[in-house]
Amino acid sequence: MSEPRVGVFVCHCGTNIGGVVDVPAVVEYARALPYVAHVEGNLYSCSVDGLSSLKQGIHEHRLNRVVVASCTPRTHEPLFKDACEQAGLNRYLFEFVNIREHCSWVHSHEGDVATVKAIRLIRMGVAKACLLEPQDEAESGVIPEALVIGGGIAGMTAALNLARQGFHVHLVEKEAQLGGRLLQINRLCPTDIEAYDLIKPIIQEVEDHGRITLHVSSMVHEVSGYVGNFQITVAEDGEKQSFDVGTIVVATGADVLQPVGLYGYGQFPNVLTQLELEDRLKAEPPLITGAVLINCVGSRIPERPYCSRVCCMTSLKNAIQLKKLNPDAQVYVLHRDLLTYGVEFERYYRRAMKAGVRFLRYNLENPPQIVGRGRAENVVVWDALRGRELHLPVDLVVLSTPLVPASDNERISRLLKVPLGESGFFLEAHIKLRPVEFATDGIFVCGTTRWSADVSESISQAYAASTKAAIPMRMGVVTAEAITAYSEPSFCTGCGTCVVTCPFNAI
Amino acid sequence: MRYERRYEEYEPEMKQSVLVIGAGIAGIQASIDLAQMGLQVYLVERSPSIGGRMAQLDKTFPTNDCAICILAPKMIECANHENVHLLTYSEVAAIEGHAGNFRVNVRKKPRYVDPDRCTGCGECVEKCPRRVSDEFNLNLNRRRAIYIPFPQAVPRVMTVDAEHCLYLTDLDKDRCRLCEEVCQAGAINWEQQEEIVELDIGAIVIATGFDPYDASELEEYGFGRIQNVINGLQYERLVSASGPTGGELLRPSDGAHPHTVAFIQCVGSRDMNHNPYCSSVCCMFATKEAILANEHDPELKPYIFYTDLRAGGKRFQEYITRAEDEYQVTYIRGRPGNIGENPETGNPVVRYEDTTARQVHEMEVDLVVLCQALVPRHGQQEIAKVLGIVLDEYGFVHTPERLLYPVDTSVPGIFACGYCQSPQDIPDSVTQASGTAARVAELLCREEMEHKL
Repeated sequence: MSEPRVGVFVCHCGTNIGGVVDVPAVVEYARALPYVAHVEGNLYSCSVDGLSSLKQGIHEHRLNRVVVASCTPRTHEPLFKDACEQAGLNRYLFEFVNIREHCSWVHSHEGDVATVKAIRLIRMGVAKACLLEPQDEAESGVIPEALVIGGGIAGMTAALNLARQGFHVHLVEKEAQLGGRLLQINRLCPTDIEAYDLIKPIIQEVEDHGRITLHVSSMVHEVSGYVGNFQITVAEDGEKQSFDVGTIVVATGADVLQPVGLYGYGQFPNVLTQLELEDRLKAEPPLITGAVLINCVGSRIPERPYCSRVCCMTSLKNAIQLKKLNPDAQVYVLHRDLLTYGVEFERYYRRAMKAGVRFLRYNLENPPQIVGRGRAENVVVWDALRGRELHLPVDLVVLSTPLVPASDNERISRLLKVPLGESGFFLEAHIKLRPVEFATDGIFVCGTTRWSADVSESISQAYAASTKAAIPMRMGVVTAEAITAYSEPSFCTGCGTCVVTCPFNAI
Repeated sequence: MRYERRYEEYEPEMKQSVLVIGAGIAGIQASIDLAQMGLQVYLVERSPSIGGRMAQLDKTFPTNDCAICILAPKMIECANHENVHLLTYSEVAAIEGHAGNFRVNVRKKPRYVDPDRCTGCGECVEKCPRRVSDEFNLNLNRRRAIYIPFPQAVPRVMTVDAEHCLYLTDLDKDRCRLCEEVCQAGAINWEQQEEIVELDIGAIVIATGFDPYDASELEEYGFGRIQNVINGLQYERLVSASGPTGGELLRPSDGAHPHTVAFIQCVGSRDMNHNPYCSSVCCMFATKEAILANEHDPELKPYIFYTDLRAGGKRFQEYITRAEDEYQVTYIRGRPGNIGENPETGNPVVRYEDTTARQVHEMEVDLVVLCQALVPRHGQQEIAKVLGIVLDEYGFVHTPERLLYPVDTSVPGIFACGYCQSPQDIPDSVTQASGTAARVAELLCREEMEHKL
C-alpha cells in the first residue's frame, strides 16, 4: 500500500467538546503530525454537513486513512465507516479517537488538561491509523429459525409473532405449563379482564401452531455459535435435544420479592402478599371489613433503591376488587408516591377514589406498624399530609412488593454470555435507544426479565424483540467484523482465560 | 373481545410498502426497522427536517446522554437506507383502501429550494433580511425567512418560509430576492409548486408525537406575562449547545445567570380543569433539567415542586437520589397556587404549600420552569379524520385492544407508536416503534416467508 495520507477530523460536538477542549489548538497540533495530509475542525462531524466534508476531504486530499476525533464508537463508528466507504475508502482504514468521554466530559473543569490529553490521544490515533490495513468482511447465512426462552406472555407473544411471520420457532419453558406469571394473577387492570381469559387463547394458538416447536419442562442447557447460526441444546427431564437457530429472544420473567420479616409477614396469618391475595380472590374471595394495602414494601429503600413500576397499579386493582366484594369495607392504600402514569392509570386512580378506596401517604422515616395478637388487628400509620397518627382496624393487610431479578438470571447470563445490570436485571445494549437488544448480535430481551413492566408493556417489548430477531432472518445474511484477534505464540502461556471469556466461543 | 387479528380476509397481494407519518424518534425507529425487514418505507414529515422533539432536547435521562448526539446517527442511518424514502415538508392529504392495499396522496409543500442543488452552505441565511420567531427554539430567538431548523437537520436543504419571505409575501416584491442572488448553486426556485405524490401502501404507522400544552391557559402561573417564567422545552433549548444562548443558562428578562430555579410539575396535567391524565415524563425530565442547571453552575439551587414522584423506569429512582445527593436538588411536595413577580428584580415569586410540612410559603427565585402537560400534536384530529382512526377524549390515538395489541389502532393495517398513542418516554416510544414493525410484518411479510421456507 502507498504511503499513508491521513486526514484528521476534530469535532466540537457543539460545546460538548468545544466548550472544554481547545479544538483549534488541537487542529493546529495535528497538522504537524507525520503523514497527516489534511486536518479540519467540525461543529458536528456526524451531521450531514460534517459527513460530506469528510467525504470531500478524502477526494480532495487523496486521503487513504481517516481519523475522527469526536465521541463514542458505540453510537458513531458505523456512521463514519460508512462515510469512508461511500468515498471509496475501505472501512477498516478508519480510526476513532474519543475526545468527548475521555477528555471533555471527564475533565470538564480542566480545559488545559483535557486539551493536552486530546492531543496525545489523536497522536496515538494517527500513529495507529498509519498501520491499518484494508480488510474484507466475511458473510454468513442466517438460519430462519428462532429460539424463544420463556413461555410467559412476553415469550408467547414473540414466538407467535415470529411464527405468524413465517419463521420456525423453538419455545422453551421450564414449567410444565405455558402462561408464566399470569397464571397466578386474578384480573388485569385497567379492564379488569380475568388474566386466564386473556392468555388461554394465546396458549392454545401457541400449542397448535405448526411452526412452533414446544419444549416444556425444559431448560436451555448449552448455547454456542453466533448470530445467524447458534447451536442450542435443550434438556427435558434429563433428555437432551439439539437444534440450530438464527436468533434468540430472552423472555424469562422476574420473581416477586417475598417480604419475609416485613410488616408482620410470616408472623400474622392475615398479612398477605399481592400474589397471595390474587390467589384468594380467584379461589374463595375474602369478605373483609377493613383492609390496608401497603406499597413500596421492600422497594425504594437503600438496599433496593428502585421503584418497581407495576406494584401501585396492582394495589389499586385489588383495592377495587375488595371494595367490590364489600362496598362497606374500609380499604386503604398506603403509599409513598402513587405511580399512576399516563392516561389509563390516572383514570383508574380516579375510579378507585370514586369506588371509595382511601389513599394515604406515609414516609420512609415513619413506616406503618402492624399490631395485633396472633393476627393483624390494627395498622398504625403516620399520615404524612395530615400530620397525625391514624389507627386503622383491619382484618387483612396486603403487601405490594417489587419484582426482583429471577434466580435463573445468572445462569442464563453465563449461558448466553450477555450481561446483567447492577440491580440484577438483564442489561440492554443502550438504555435509551436499544432497549430490547443485547450488545451481542442476534440475542434480544423483552418483558420483566429486562425491567418491571405491565402486560401491555411486556407485549410491546415482545413485538419489538420479535422485529429485531426477524431482521437478520429476513435479510438472510450477516456480515462479521473483519477484525479478529490472533495470538502471539511467544507471549501465550496457554492459561485458557480467553477461552472462558470469549462471548463468541471463537477460540 | 377479539384475541387475534388475521388478515386473510384482505388482499391476497399485500403491497410491500409502509407509510410512516411523523419523523421523530418513534417514526425514525419504525422506518429503520421496516426498511431492514426489506419493506419500502415512505416517511412523511410535516416540518423541513426529520428529528422531531428529541432533536430539541439537550440531554436525556437517566444517563445524561446528549440527545442530538445519539439521535443524529439514527437520523442519518434512516435517511441513507436504500429502502427509506423521505418526504419532508409534506403532509398526508388523502387515504383510501384497506389493510394491505392503501392508496395514499401526500402533499409536498414547495420549499422554493431545489434539494438536488442546495449544498446547505447557509450563504442565503446570512443575507436574508427577514427575521421571524424561531419555532425550533420555542420562539426564544429569531431565525431568517430562509433557514434550516437546526445544524444537524436532515435533509440539509434550505427552506423558504413562504409565510414570511419578503418576496413571496409581496412585502418587497421588487427588491429582495437576496437569497437567489447569493446562491452559487442556483438552488432557489420561485416556480416550485405544491406537488401531490401518489403511493401504493400496504400498512401505515402513525407517530406524530406531542406538543407542549399552552401554559398560559393557567393564568395563575404567569406564563407569557412574567418574563422569567418559561416552559420545559424552552429550558431545553436554553441549556443546549446549539440553542439561542449557545448553551449558557441565561434568563430571558436580563440575560443574567440564575442562582435559584424552581421547576413546577403537573402544570395543566393531572388537573381536571385542563388535562386529567399524567404526562408520564415530567418528573424525570424536570429532574434532568435540575441536574443540568446545577451542572452549569454548582452554586445554583434547583427546587422541584411535585405531586407524586413517578420514577418507575429503569434506573430512574437512582437518578432522583443522585439529584438530591450530588446536585443539591430539593424536592418539595406541593402544587404552587400562583406565581407573582418582584417588579424590581423581575424575579418570579412562587406561593405554595409544602404539603408534608403543612405550611404556606413564598419563595423568590431567579427563574421558573413550568413542566407543562404534553398533548397530541396540533393537526392530530385532521390526520385521524384522513386515516379514519378513532382518538380518545384527549386526542391520543385509541388502541381498542390495548392489553394484547398495544400498537393496533381502530383500523386494521394502521398502527400507532410513541407519544401520539399515549404519554411515554423515549425508550418506550422506541420499543413501540419496533413493535409496530413486527405487527406490520405479520400483515405484509407472512406469505413471502412461507414461500421461502
